Amino acid sequence: MKKQRDAAAVTSRLISRPIRRMFPLFLLPMVASFAIGFVWPFIHGIYLSFCQFRTTSDAEFIGFGNYLKALQDQTFMHSFWYTALYAIVSLVLINVLAFTVAYALTQKIRGANIFRTVFFMPNLIGGIVLGYIWSMIFDGILGKYGTSIVLNSTYGFWGLIILMCWQQIGYMMIIYIAGLQAVPEDMLEAAHIDGATKWQTLFHVTIPNVMPSITICMFLSLTNGFKLFDQNLALTGGQPFIINPDGSTLKTTEMLALNIYNTFYGQNTAARGVAQAKAVLFFVLVAGLGLLQLTSTRKKEVQQ
Amino acid sequence: MKKSKNLGRTIVTAILSVISVIYVLPVVAVVLNSFKINTFVKTDTFAFPNAESFAGWDNFITGMTLGGTFWTSVFYSLVITVLSTALILLFTSMAAWYISRVDSSFCRAVYFLCVFSMVVPFQMVMFTLSKTADKLGFDTPWTIPVIYLGFGAGLAVFMFTGFVKSVPLSIEEAAVIDGCGPLRTFFSVVVPMLKPTMISVGILEIMWVWNDYLLPYLVLDRTKYMTIPIHIQYLKGSYGTVDLGATMALILLSIIPVIVFYLCCQKHIIKGVAAGAVKG
Amino acid sequence: MKKFLAMILALVMALSLIACGAKEDEPSVYWLNFKPEAHEALLDLAEMYKAETGVEVQIVTAASGEYESTLTAEMDKENAPTLFVVGNDAAVKSWGDYCYDLTGTSIANELNTDAYNLYDESGKLCSIGYCYECYGIIVNTELVEKAGFAADYITNFATLKEVAEKITANKDTLGFSAFASAGMDDGSSWRFTGHMINLEYFYESVDSPADWEKCPAEIKGTYMDNFKNLYDLMVTNSTVDRTALAAGGLDAQGEFASGKAAFYPQGSWEASGLEGKGMDMSKLAMIPYYCGVEGEEKAGLNCGTENCWAVNAKASEADIKATIDFMTWMVTDPEASAIAVKEFSVMPYKQAAASTNPFLADANDYANNGCYTMTWVTNFQPNVNEYRGAAVAALNAYNADPTDANWALVETAFVDGWATQYKAANNG
Repeated sequence: MKKQRDAAAVTSRLISRPIRRMFPLFLLPMVASFAIGFVWPFIHGIYLSFCQFRTTSDAEFIGFGNYLKALQDQTFMHSFWYTALYAIVSLVLINVLAFTVAYALTQKIRGANIFRTVFFMPNLIGGIVLGYIWSMIFDGILGKYGTSIVLNSTYGFWGLIILMCWQQIGYMMIIYIAGLQAVPEDMLEAAHIDGATKWQTLFHVTIPNVMPSITICMFLSLTNGFKLFDQNLALTGGQPFIINPDGSTLKTTEMLALNIYNTFYGQNTAARGVAQAKAVLFFVLVAGLGLLQLTSTRKKEVQQ
Repeated sequence: MKKSKNLGRTIVTAILSVISVIYVLPVVAVVLNSFKINTFVKTDTFAFPNAESFAGWDNFITGMTLGGTFWTSVFYSLVITVLSTALILLFTSMAAWYISRVDSSFCRAVYFLCVFSMVVPFQMVMFTLSKTADKLGFDTPWTIPVIYLGFGAGLAVFMFTGFVKSVPLSIEEAAVIDGCGPLRTFFSVVVPMLKPTMISVGILEIMWVWNDYLLPYLVLDRTKYMTIPIHIQYLKGSYGTVDLGATMALILLSIIPVIVFYLCCQKHIIKGVAAGAVKG
Repeated sequence: MKKFLAMILALVMALSLIACGAKEDEPSVYWLNFKPEAHEALLDLAEMYKAETGVEVQIVTAASGEYESTLTAEMDKENAPTLFVVGNDAAVKSWGDYCYDLTGTSIANELNTDAYNLYDESGKLCSIGYCYECYGIIVNTELVEKAGFAADYITNFATLKEVAEKITANKDTLGFSAFASAGMDDGSSWRFTGHMINLEYFYESVDSPADWEKCPAEIKGTYMDNFKNLYDLMVTNSTVDRTALAAGGLDAQGEFASGKAAFYPQGSWEASGLEGKGMDMSKLAMIPYYCGVEGEEKAGLNCGTENCWAVNAKASEADIKATIDFMTWMVTDPEASAIAVKEFSVMPYKQAAASTNPFLADANDYANNGCYTMTWVTNFQPNVNEYRGAAVAALNAYNADPTDANWALVETAFVDGWATQYKAANNG
């Protein structure tokens, strides 16, 4: 990856000159779609976050008011903390379990391929469908005790964790397996010859060598956790609600993305500016995490 | 020593087997409940359908017409997934090649924006994107692929560029000297080398587009088109009573193709995912 | 390979051209329908109309509980609904700008009553009722007789309670329960948070009519205990345990139609559904929400509507005309109005087909016997979805654990929630 920095190695005039002329064919379709599908909506979105609007055509510039309202919105702050808690718990659980499974599968276990196939399978099922499958299962169990996933926010939280573990462990496992298989055989052998125990080998040889995979997986599960929407919508949809003294509600299991969605498309169309401001804050948060990942991987590369 | 190792392996295998069984249970539960009469789904979720609760194919038959024809939604899901993936593969690989070979400041800006777009969550643009798409007529299954190309370009361009940059220039230079135009060079020299990356990107895009809910829900003209996830979400709130049996039947129908696809291309899928994750 | 590429490019270009050119200029009607149960019939009507006039009528039905959000999203599109539902004061406030003034239009001239029309502050006729309905408790009189009571025994809360509790006591020998399940999922919860609660608002409005001429900024909750009476009776004498209600997925209509329950709180629109499931309509009756209020022997059914048509003022002239023509056709064409009336029970238009709905007949009987009709005051509910969402959540908590503290939450949701949502709806 490093050698890309050197522009001379990437291209030569011999190749680039004829290509340049094919700009409309090679680059234009992608750039045009990119402008429609990302660049313009993004810029427009930033602008609208400073506006009061119901539809995009009646936007009126009001400055930072929306951001103030968003930060004062109790439901938004709740969903932030709830999402953060969820992201951290799921990060730990998913990675520990995925690493354990991956480690076990790389120990020349019989039927490793079958296990891998099974564990990865839930990954292909879409979030909405997953949500409904698990809501049926949880309610099938909880119903026997006269309760339901939509009645108790603790069940709602752990239900979502279980669901996401079920979906994501297989995915992270694949990355860990790739990392584990790349651990140099001779290092393991050397450790063995030096009389290191299995645990010592694991902590002093294997894990340092799969650090890149671990970083990737941690950030993936962290950003996935923050961006979670479909599963949240389909499993609990934010229920149960807490009734505030003024009769408004706090949706206890509503995560950030769903909170933004509900603010946008809820009844109160006057709150759309606030919703867009929330979305910008959300973007800053997610992008910040991405940046953090980038710098941390960079640092590692330098150290090596 | 050897014996204990074998014993350890057997225990691990046993544990993994148990977990595997637990892992497939949710899918088994869907199968079981899709054959149950509606009211038994909540009360006897984990029981086999018995004489009293067995619904035969009724759930599938009622499910077909519940909230609109299900096959139409399947059809639109297919159209959108196939067209979007094809568009993304074709145009982002071409763009990636152009970007790395021309390497002008404009190209670098585009590349930077692509990488940047990868960290932008959909909620950031959902409102303005759906509005833009509607204005420009990208709200049908035949045109929404352009939106997917636009919003999904980032990761694909990033992955392709990463690979193109590692392709030795000498091969392409040889092709140019032999009198190949850029098109010939790209399709007969670069594309064959790009194939593994193409498969990886293709798999990632298929998985994303097929399961995507919010983008098509907001962008598509809802008066006419639904995709499978939209259809299933729609069942929840519509038509008074929720028919859980029929919902499970439709869920089963919607995951069967996914599982078949997975079992057929397992190797590629797992490789693609690993590649995508490591680069993303 | 070149050919393939050229083909794909051509395809993409062609597609985008089609997409851009696809905004047809033919006038068309797009009805964002409010009543899921009427969806199929409306599709038939649309097809009939197209066959007769060639005008395209699109019917889209919002999932229950999602009308407002669907409307919000659809209105922002190029192809926005031309015909939509503005059913109450709050909706007039938020959608007033989009309402075409219907005064003097051909459809308004067909109306036979002004009772269901909604005007904004300037006197613009924003929306006109297209059907009115009644709700209460549907009774299977056959089952009540089986339990040992005369069909007309129930005249107040005490007698209703007596019958219900006797049925529960003999549930096993009788083979049925008193009330059909009161599921709290989106498909069913409105029966309580949107209908049954009307008894509270209604009696409050009787006490102080001046406050209720338009949407009050706050309510008192004087009759919450009466609501509790009826609600408790319903969930404790039911086909399912009250703890199973929150998860939903229950089939109340099915329970009632198969004779597993004697009482079913629902509305007149349910008639076609019950008839479709093979019920003998002559054995069914609708009774008011008896809840222990003084003098309720003289209560009638809850009559009103939140089904009011509004025409999108921001649509093109041609589309507005096409929409009004379609509406007029629906209430004047004998065949069309017969289909529409079957779905909508009764339509307040001069030439519309006569109603055959047995429950509306019950409503008239009550009125003719000197009973007071309970008007729909629920139409005033501010920010309906948020407001009802809170109520559903509170009722769920109460059903899981029926303590006084949890009932206090229900009161908070209904009473304090009103003031909060009123403020949110009116101050932006």
